[in-house]
Amino acid sequence: METLEKTLANVEVNAEGYLKKIVLTDKHFEVINWLRAKQAEGTALSMRKVGASGLVDIKQFYALFPGGPLKISSKIAGIPKPASCI
Amino acid sequence: MQDVLERPVTELEEVPVNEDKGKLKKVLIICSKGKLEDVYAALVMANGALMEGIEAKLFFTFFGLEAITKKHADHLHTATVGNPAFMPGMPTMVAGLPGFEAFASYMMKKEMDKLEMPHVTEFIQMIEAGGGEIYACKLAADMFHLKQEDLLDEVKGIITVGDMYALAEGEGSQIIFI
Repeated sequence: METLEKTLANVEVNAEGYLKKIVLTDKHFEVINWLRAKQAEGTALSMRKVGASGLVDIKQFYALFPGGPLKISSKIAGIPKPASCI
Repeated sequence: MQDVLERPVTELEEVPVNEDKGKLKKVLIICSKGKLEDVYAALVMANGALMEGIEAKLFFTFFGLEAITKKHADHLHTATVGNPAFMPGMPTMVAGLPGFEAFASYMMKKEMDKLEMPHVTEFIQMIEAGGGEIYACKLAADMFHLKQEDLLDEVKGIITVGDMYALAEGEGSQIIFI
């Protein structure tokens, strides 16, 4: 299986670059836990909110969860996909 | 000929199967207008594509260039005249009074702030952070006497129409014109 080296995680991708498997680091868990906490509070989540969280900037967020960061991270966090356009 | 027709079909030609069922993989969004709402349409679609894991390229041309100039990016206006959907019933003469457009744009931006919509420059930064690419049209830039240094730092280059089409190359790619 081809792997794609990202700054903070090893991400397995298929021939076309689609996400196969993601190795979760502490940073991933920080983001995931933050998402879960915010969701439990009832905050509407968006890309911009994650960028302003102080945990990661938007570029790092894309690097952690390539191929749709908010979608993939919320899936791993076990929360509904945020209904956000931004 | 007769021989060909009577010969039974023994082998079917293999038809290539599109495994991903025509999945959208890339969008090239061309923004040719400089009105607040048109520029935001382009930015929201580009950013939204990246959020879904779709590659996104933005090409600004003509009045759309206004949205990527350092000077005007965060000071775009919405048109109050020639826009029947804007405050229906508003007489055109009133909508054209000095300062009305600025006031309407200010109100619109206030509403957008409530929805936590980022300003144009921040939006462009978000798109770049997500791997999106932003380009300006050479012909329009020449026409409006704009140089690379007049444009936002995130603008990757001033390119020709041919280069623009090259950006959209590949399977599962779409071009959107605004």
